[in-house]
Amino acid sequence: MQLLIKNGFVYDPLNAVKGEKTDIAIKNGKIVEEVNEHKAKVIDASGMIVMPGGVDIHSHIAGSKVNSGRLLRPEDHFKDFEPKTPVTRSGVGYSIPSTFTTGYRYARMGYTTVMDPAMAPLEAKHTHEEFNDIPMIDKASYPLLGDWWFVLEYLREGKIEECARYVAWMIASTKGYAIKLVNPGGLEAWGFGHNVINLDDQVPYFCITPREIIRGLCKVNKLLNLPHTIHVHTNNLGKPGNYVTALETMKCVEDLAEENRPAIHITHCQFCAFKGDDWRTFESGAESIAKYVNNHSHVTLDMGQVIFTDTTTMTADGPFQFTLYELSGNKWINHDVETETSGGIVPFHYRRKSYVHALQWSIGLELALLIKNPWKIYVSTDHPNAGPFIAYPKIVAWLMSRKARERTLKKINPRARSRSLLTSIDRELDFYEIATMTRAGQAKALGLKNKGHLGIGADADVSIYSINPETTDPSRKYKTVRRAFKRAACTVKDGEVVVKQGEILRHVKGATLWLDVQTSEPVKVTEEMKRRFSEYWTVEYENYPVTEHYIEVSRPIAVKADV
Amino acid sequence: MINLRPKKEFKLPIIAERINPSVFEGKTCDKIADLKLWEGNKPKKLGELFKIEDTKMKNKSETTAIVIHGDLGKVRRIGAGMESGEITIYGNVGMHLGEEMKNGQITVHGNVDGWAGSMMKSGTIEIHGNVGDYLGAPYRGSSEGMHGGKITVYGNVGNEAGAHMRKGVIKIYGSAGQFTGFRMRNGIIYVQKDCGGRTGACITGGTTVVGGVLESVLPTFTIESIKKKAKIEEGEIVETPFYLFLGDLAEDGKGKLYVAKEKNPHLSYYEKFI
Repeated sequence: MQLLIKNGFVYDPLNAVKGEKTDIAIKNGKIVEEVNEHKAKVIDASGMIVMPGGVDIHSHIAGSKVNSGRLLRPEDHFKDFEPKTPVTRSGVGYSIPSTFTTGYRYARMGYTTVMDPAMAPLEAKHTHEEFNDIPMIDKASYPLLGDWWFVLEYLREGKIEECARYVAWMIASTKGYAIKLVNPGGLEAWGFGHNVINLDDQVPYFCITPREIIRGLCKVNKLLNLPHTIHVHTNNLGKPGNYVTALETMKCVEDLAEENRPAIHITHCQFCAFKGDDWRTFESGAESIAKYVNNHSHVTLDMGQVIFTDTTTMTADGPFQFTLYELSGNKWINHDVETETSGGIVPFHYRRKSYVHALQWSIGLELALLIKNPWKIYVSTDHPNAGPFIAYPKIVAWLMSRKARERTLKKINPRARSRSLLTSIDRELDFYEIATMTRAGQAKALGLKNKGHLGIGADADVSIYSINPETTDPSRKYKTVRRAFKRAACTVKDGEVVVKQGEILRHVKGATLWLDVQTSEPVKVTEEMKRRFSEYWTVEYENYPVTEHYIEVSRPIAVKADV
Repeated sequence: MINLRPKKEFKLPIIAERINPSVFEGKTCDKIADLKLWEGNKPKKLGELFKIEDTKMKNKSETTAIVIHGDLGKVRRIGAGMESGEITIYGNVGMHLGEEMKNGQITVHGNVDGWAGSMMKSGTIEIHGNVGDYLGAPYRGSSEGMHGGKITVYGNVGNEAGAHMRKGVIKIYGSAGQFTGFRMRNGIIYVQKDCGGRTGACITGGTTVVGGVLESVLPTFTIESIKKKAKIEEGEIVETPFYLFLGDLAEDGKGKLYVAKEKNPHLSYYEKFI
């Protein structure tokens, strides 16, 4: 199958292509130098933007918590449903769409790779079963390792290499992609009804602090040569004054960074950029965070942009979800995953007229605009925590147009409007920066060599948007931009045209990416470990790992570790 | 006035939100016959399932009215989201009658299945028969209950009538099932006859008036006083002594529960706490 995308304005930040008219040739699912123009299917992209397929670094799309969220919220399905068509299958759900719908909706926006950021290792099989059912996109998942008893115990004893071997074993067993830390230490403390507030609080019964966990796993990450950095959901998330914790978290791995390479990814940063002593004195801490990030190169962030809508919050951060339940009085799921992690789900409605919610909306955009380098901050809504992923086109419009921001500013809580820094920010991003923040930067941060760019040899994941950068001024015509990014003119997945004018043309299976971490000597499964499995887990050691045949389209990425 | 009669006895559920004065408005009989309904999993035209007659109205300014004769026990979502007009039904009706209706009037001379007036915003529903469960209650999982309007039932009602209610009036001149007014926030529910158990569970506001027997009041309610009468709405006052309970304290609620004193001698031991 050969494909030629002609005359489009190509934005490919990883190869520094900045809106030049270039043809993209595709053969056998890869980008190639050239194809035979007579044999190839030609797509005329004149007057349109061509970008690599979108990459989402953080979006809860699969797994046990997502499914529990679906069970908790039948009313979320009631208001949004898609009937089946000759090509697509039916589906329901607005903030937590069903598996097929998730894939279709991403593809319609031109996204082709999505990372699910929180997989409780015990529930890995469930996650992969859902991955098998999510069409159109490539996906991967990060196992939650920050509160796993093995990690806590080895780090307490300072056995970094031993810990690294177990982490490698766990990544292989769960077919995961990166190390995810959620409220490090806090989840274990939550098992005892407590939480940890700052980086030097002790985790009960483990004599270890969040700082030691973060630093330890950062070292482990480096020893294992994992492509992505540690993916951190900070302590104290969602509480006023927590920007200090976020800064501390970034600072604590400063010395572990190798030059110019990021060492830590702070996810949904909006939720940890709160200033103030309580909700009344709540303020934006975006400026301080942006200042730090602008001066340091070892951090990457994603936005976690709030969208004013009814959504469902779900994180592994059990104590935070409990706070949210108390704040909102909504229904709540709380879950403790044995020796590994916890979880919580609360439906939540972000309202324009609420001071806190409106300021949260502002903080997300402030971060994205105040951080000068688009390679350091990426577009996300922490789907579905701050809003469903279908709102990405709105975020793009807000980032590209001051006018669009002002329009929303007019409608929000007046006190939040007067406190918002957005009124003083003139910056408007261009398509090149948007391409960086929605695909290239994310692919780079994830270490995905074949994604997020259109160079020779890259996976042929391409999205085309019907907007002409020469004639359209995104600053004024932000509605055109929003419409274009909502319905991609064309999405190409692995060299096949799967979406045209926002309609799904064919249902294709996406691959599941996972890391095949090769340590010099494999983890010895000792009798001690087996004893622990039978004592602490409900699942026996033999039944625990996800084997490769479990994954329908498996795409392992080999990584050679230093241990 | 549009007259509809089912052409056959329906065996499969019919989804008929298009039987709706707002949709019929300004359409001729032929166009109405072309409207899409679902019978089971097959799309059908309204004209295939119903006989349609247009009776010329004497007064042109009268709003669109629909009259249906026949058994509609399998027909769901009649008048869903309607904004104006009138529907009169002589026969039984299926689930979700007048769901999310915004205005207008529905009158039923027959029995109605569950979720009648579910999530309604305004308008009136009058039912001269019995009603199933979840009268005026929201869709499963949702807390957006009835936001306004008025439902009057002259028969008996199933469980969870008026769940999550926020505003409006529900009057039941028969008896009601369990969990009447579950998680109610505001508005008023009047049950003239008996009421099932756990009435007012988890309410945080609003008023529930029980004119008949209430087996027991939840332990999370506290007695406030004895009132001589209870006001249902403008022009309707029930003049008989009532025990007034406040609750649900488990939810820190300030809802009112009136229970007729004479019909409930077993509650007299509460009097010593006044």
